[in-house]
Amino acid sequence: MQEQLPDPSAPGSDDARLVEALRSGREEAFLALVQRHQGSMLRVATTFVSSAAVAEEVVQETWLGVLHGLDRFQGRSSLRSWIFGILTNCARSRGARESRSAPFSSFSGPDEDEPAVDPSRFLGADHPRWPGHWASPPEQWAEEKLATKETLEFVRQAIADLPPVQKQVISLRDVEGWTSAETCEALGISEANQRVLLHRARSKVRARVEQFMQKESR
Amino acid sequence: MTPPTPSDLACRELVQLVTDYLEDVLPRAERDRFEQHIASCRGCAVYLRQMRELVRVSGRIPAGAVPPEPPPELLRVFASWKADRA
Repeated sequence: MQEQLPDPSAPGSDDARLVEALRSGREEAFLALVQRHQGSMLRVATTFVSSAAVAEEVVQETWLGVLHGLDRFQGRSSLRSWIFGILTNCARSRGARESRSAPFSSFSGPDEDEPAVDPSRFLGADHPRWPGHWASPPEQWAEEKLATKETLEFVRQAIADLPPVQKQVISLRDVEGWTSAETCEALGISEANQRVLLHRARSKVRARVEQFMQKESR
Repeated sequence: MTPPTPSDLACRELVQLVTDYLEDVLPRAERDRFEQHIASCRGCAVYLRQMRELVRVSGRIPAGAVPPEPPPELLRVFASWKADRA
């Protein structure tokens, strides 16, 4: 009887046994891993490159890298984070090649120190009692509207519309749920830089969602 | 309610610190000022809550559906890798 494969979707699954099954060439172990990670890998790749077709190539290149690198995997990180490390390397070099060959760079420079919230929402610095306090404070969002498919789709689109690096940071952190360390490693940026980018990204998306929620409630 | 003193954190400044607060990197004193402000300012409490809700909602965006059958190219990739190892 064949040994039971570990369930790759179970948290803290037995990476070592899965890797062992792959090393001995068991296709079902490979397919289980593909099934588990493919969707998230495609989504992550899409944030680095220009099209879904290129993202698919990046993911395929990643699987090739995973198989050929398998003997070097030592289990110091989880299998998942090792795979996504290979993915982000492939995606970054592909994205860099694309932006070099693009007629004009789609990467805008570091944007100016923009405020998180439209300054007109606050009272002026010269206000006698409440300088810099809310003139028009945010209103609580309705939980039932927040939970709709339409809201999810709106948030997805608002993230997709962000400048590239902000989009990458918020996608990895908030959509994929990566840690700050994993995100910095994948993007090759410092923790401080990552926080600035995350702050800008979240602030912009919040502002757009705020408009959406108000429109919806009227 | 007493008017804010110059050392108080204005709402306008607080919104710039929200990510550092959620990431837990504010120095202790600044964190205390942040929390004191939130405790007495409804607008900023709502703002912080919206940011938390946004993170939660973002985490629920589904990845695209993966077809139950793996792409044939991947099976070829696996087969040729396996053949090379043999």
